[in-house]
Amino acid sequence: MNLTLRIWRQTGPADKGRMVKYRVEDVSPDMSFLEMLDMLNERLTLDGDEPVAFDHDCREGICGMCSLMINGAAHGPERATTTCQLHMRHFADGDTIDIEPWRARAFPVVKDLVVDRTAFDKIIQAGGYISAATGTAPDAHAAPVPKADADAAFEAATCIGCGACVAACPNGSGMLFTAAKVTHLGLLPQGQPERRERVLNMVEAHDDAGFGGCTNTGECTAVCPKGIPLTAIGQLNRDFLKASTTSAR
Amino acid sequence: MDLATRRVTRSTVGKKAVMAVTGVAMVLFLLLHMLGNLKIFVGAEDFDHYAHWLRTIGMPVLPETWFLWIQRVGLLVAVIAHIWSATSLALRARAARPVKYAHRRPVKGSYAARTMRWGGVIIVLFVVYHILDLTTGHLNPVGDRAHPHANVVADFAPERWYVTLFYVLAVVALAFHLRHGVFSALRTLGQHTQSGERRARFFALAVAVVIAAGFLSVPIAVTTGVIQ
Repeated sequence: MNLTLRIWRQTGPADKGRMVKYRVEDVSPDMSFLEMLDMLNERLTLDGDEPVAFDHDCREGICGMCSLMINGAAHGPERATTTCQLHMRHFADGDTIDIEPWRARAFPVVKDLVVDRTAFDKIIQAGGYISAATGTAPDAHAAPVPKADADAAFEAATCIGCGACVAACPNGSGMLFTAAKVTHLGLLPQGQPERRERVLNMVEAHDDAGFGGCTNTGECTAVCPKGIPLTAIGQLNRDFLKASTTSAR
Repeated sequence: MDLATRRVTRSTVGKKAVMAVTGVAMVLFLLLHMLGNLKIFVGAEDFDHYAHWLRTIGMPVLPETWFLWIQRVGLLVAVIAHIWSATSLALRARAARPVKYAHRRPVKGSYAARTMRWGGVIIVLFVVYHILDLTTGHLNPVGDRAHPHANVVADFAPERWYVTLFYVLAVVALAFHLRHGVFSALRTLGQHTQSGERRARFFALAVAVVIAAGFLSVPIAVTTGVIQ
């Protein structure tokens, strides 16, 4: 298949940036979206042009490195799919595809389609950890966890921190990410000692990074490659209100 | 304010909580206001009697109209806090995405969710007009504070169709605002289960429909001549 790509090119943080048109030919429908971009980059390199910079790592949908706003949708048109797991068969011959980086004040563009997601690291540093020494993997029944809590915690723990929630949010909010981390740790016994401080500190780090607030629109969960539910934000709100209305021990 | 309180009201989640609590207070007021309006279907005398009774609530513990003024001050505080938190969060959201997307898929969220901010502006403008019309009487063709029933009937007379139209549009805007707002308030105040989410969405829709139907019934009944 032959495609027209319109890709955001920006030489660096100081550059204004622009959409640039490229033709790619003989794309196999079995290629992943990133392999299609690799093909473009090989040609650009051979032609002596600067290849398009984009983030990627594991290419199996679990690392959270790949991003891309594809035709205005974070990670492209498929539900619960990372860009690396998106295949070209979901596009038609002759299509024009717009490719842009995540847009958020907290995620400044480094180059082309690469954004700096350090803001997420700051949120994690503020409370995305437990202080209890857990040693090696304990016996599964050593610390009993109700099945419903274990399931909800695991569901939240599948967050790969890719930033699609921020990219899709009309408010540029990182609340789904923050909520996933708060829910993941807050529902397990090991996460209890820091539960109160965690939510307060992580929300503060979230706000300090320049993310917007949540308006419960649900854009985030619609594009989340791991399907983190919007209810996680309710859990965060609940923990936050509880922490705000009780004093520290 | 102590440090902890400031930390809460400064945060995005804290501002949402302020918006939710003040919103709930205003919804409760709207429900009572709507039930009071429906008294018009009982009769002119009953409606006027009800309107005058509002001034005497709390007597003799409180002097006449004191309860009304306490409630008005409470509502004003709620309105200001609601608008303050909404504006603050809206400005923050705008700043959070300085460079817009060249290509943006239409937002998945409901129409109600997308129109919260402008819907709120329409509602505020309507409330200002509404108070000048049916509370103070300045913009009412009769404006007789002793006979509210006559004011209402004159207000929604068929030849003043544009007043009725504005009223209907404002109530529809309010219904959309409540449909997302009530759900959002419940979520902000800690609703966090999947089954609860379905119930919360249904409840929000029900509140929006009931309030809209209740408020719309009066002007429509006057315009169509059911109430004279």
